[in-house]
Amino acid sequence: MNKKIVRLPFFQNIVNLLVLAIIALVCAFPIIHTLALSLSSASAASSGRVTIWPVEFTTQSYSFVLENPAFLKSFGVSLLRVLVGVPVNMLLTVLVAYPLSRSIKEFRLRDGFAWFFLITVLFSGGLIPWYMVIRQTGLIDSFWALIIPGALPVFNVILLVNSFRNIPKELEEAAAMDGAGHWTILFKILLPMSMPILATLTLFVAVAHWNAWFDGLILMNSPDKYPLQSYLQTVIINPDPRFLTERDLALLQMISNRTTRAAQIFIAMIPIMAIYPFLQRYFVTGIKLGSVKG
Amino acid sequence: MRSRKKILQEIPLFIMLAPAVILVLIYSYAPMAGIVMAFQRVLPGKGIFGSPWVGWDNFTFVLEMPTFLQVLWNTIFIAGMKAIAGIVVPVTVALMLNNVTSHAFKRTVQTVIYLPHFLSWVILAGIFIDILAPSDGVVNQVLGLVGIKPIFFLGNDKVFPWTMVATDVWKSFGFGTIVYLAALTDIDPTLYEAAVMDGATRWQQTMYITLPGISGTIIMLTTLSLGNILNAGFDQIFNLYSPLVYRTGDIIDTLVYRTGILNNQYGVATAVGLFKSVVSLLLIGIAYKLAAKFADYKIF
Repeated sequence: MNKKIVRLPFFQNIVNLLVLAIIALVCAFPIIHTLALSLSSASAASSGRVTIWPVEFTTQSYSFVLENPAFLKSFGVSLLRVLVGVPVNMLLTVLVAYPLSRSIKEFRLRDGFAWFFLITVLFSGGLIPWYMVIRQTGLIDSFWALIIPGALPVFNVILLVNSFRNIPKELEEAAAMDGAGHWTILFKILLPMSMPILATLTLFVAVAHWNAWFDGLILMNSPDKYPLQSYLQTVIINPDPRFLTERDLALLQMISNRTTRAAQIFIAMIPIMAIYPFLQRYFVTGIKLGSVKG
Repeated sequence: MRSRKKILQEIPLFIMLAPAVILVLIYSYAPMAGIVMAFQRVLPGKGIFGSPWVGWDNFTFVLEMPTFLQVLWNTIFIAGMKAIAGIVVPVTVALMLNNVTSHAFKRTVQTVIYLPHFLSWVILAGIFIDILAPSDGVVNQVLGLVGIKPIFFLGNDKVFPWTMVATDVWKSFGFGTIVYLAALTDIDPTLYEAAVMDGATRWQQTMYITLPGISGTIIMLTTLSLGNILNAGFDQIFNLYSPLVYRTGDIIDTLVYRTGILNNQYGVATAVGLFKSVVSLLLIGIAYKLAAKFADYKIF
């Protein structure tokens, strides 16, 4: 079947393609420019001679950044955060999605619990009470502050509930006949059939953990516990002298240079770009599978 | 007897829910209880239980702040402009992409425009601060080539809100485009065949088949964005603003951050936060009602 029944006339087609190409270039340009800056010499960068191609090519800024212990430390915190945070997020998502995907007949309190979780999306106590609870529970300055308070991504639960509900009931019923309990149905039947959406959600929470910066910024007192994005926030965007030691200040002097800033930014983007092909592949599957048809 | 067996069968479900319920009670519901701080003068070291009650004083204080109404307006203005641009741009680009016959071209464009969605505002702010700089930023260099004087995108309070709208579109329109493209592929191709038979022009096809075909998605996303009208984008603005642009760029969330976290006025900051939460909740309620009515959308 020929799906492309309608084609634009030749001239309009050219204009259409041209405009789209320009849009794509506008999107790509800032990123390419950053890469070009990071690979240029400091003098070329500061005299504004760099556009999309490295000028006086050098990898100096990368070696400088990669020799900076504070940068490496925060990179490590971020990696650890993803490695610990993603399994925690996924486990809780699955464990909550299953009971909520049951019918009222199977689980009489289903709607009550659904609202219990949904309310947290609709209403929150706001920044200050949230901060004080975290302080009360002793998580300030602890790595776990980055994992535990946000351990349940409620929106992902909603997507997974919808996806579980689209799996034919007959399979579960047959298994239940054979004496399978809830745990068996969840882990042996539903999960193996939900791989695409699980992959999607895993990628999403991994990106969210990698990109999170605000919690690290306000929940960690010492910069050496910052994840990478919080570290970059303090050294690139908003150098906050209150948090800096003398050694940091000295470091700041050295790295307040365009090329090293660009190199740090680019390194922080690399993990996202590495999983980007998968993100793209699963995204449409993700929205379709979890799509809201209750 | 029967009901006892049923309860036994439900036990695993409770076990599954238990850890999440405990976490949510502590980190979502306990902060909701912390809202009482909005009615207290929170003293350092005394916490919720030792601080004196002050009634509505914090709210009166906020309303009498010379900047509060301005901040509220800034929030609504920036969020509203972002919402409008967030519909127009993705729908336009999706329609344009839908006309492309070359698969490779289409795919390349999609890949490129979608990437910024996954980058954090810290990273993007780092990039934008550099390229939008008034003297040596590459954007102003390009504008200089066509004779435009340098624009201080992030430091001029007349330009700042529009810079926020533009950079937000830059980050998120690719995501929107893909959502609308998915909706476009669901349109029945025979409709176009019939239209061509009847001699419909390209424009007529767009107006009478394509747009109505995705209007459900458009209406749904628009009404849902109503609930976000007080979310002007903390991550973005916090990383790009400065005292130079507080007049037009300060929003509720940044105000809460500065009064609460930086100035330790917990009571006042909680009051502002509560105001925002309550208004947002009302708007979300209205939005879902509208979405259910017009687009048949249900969340659960």
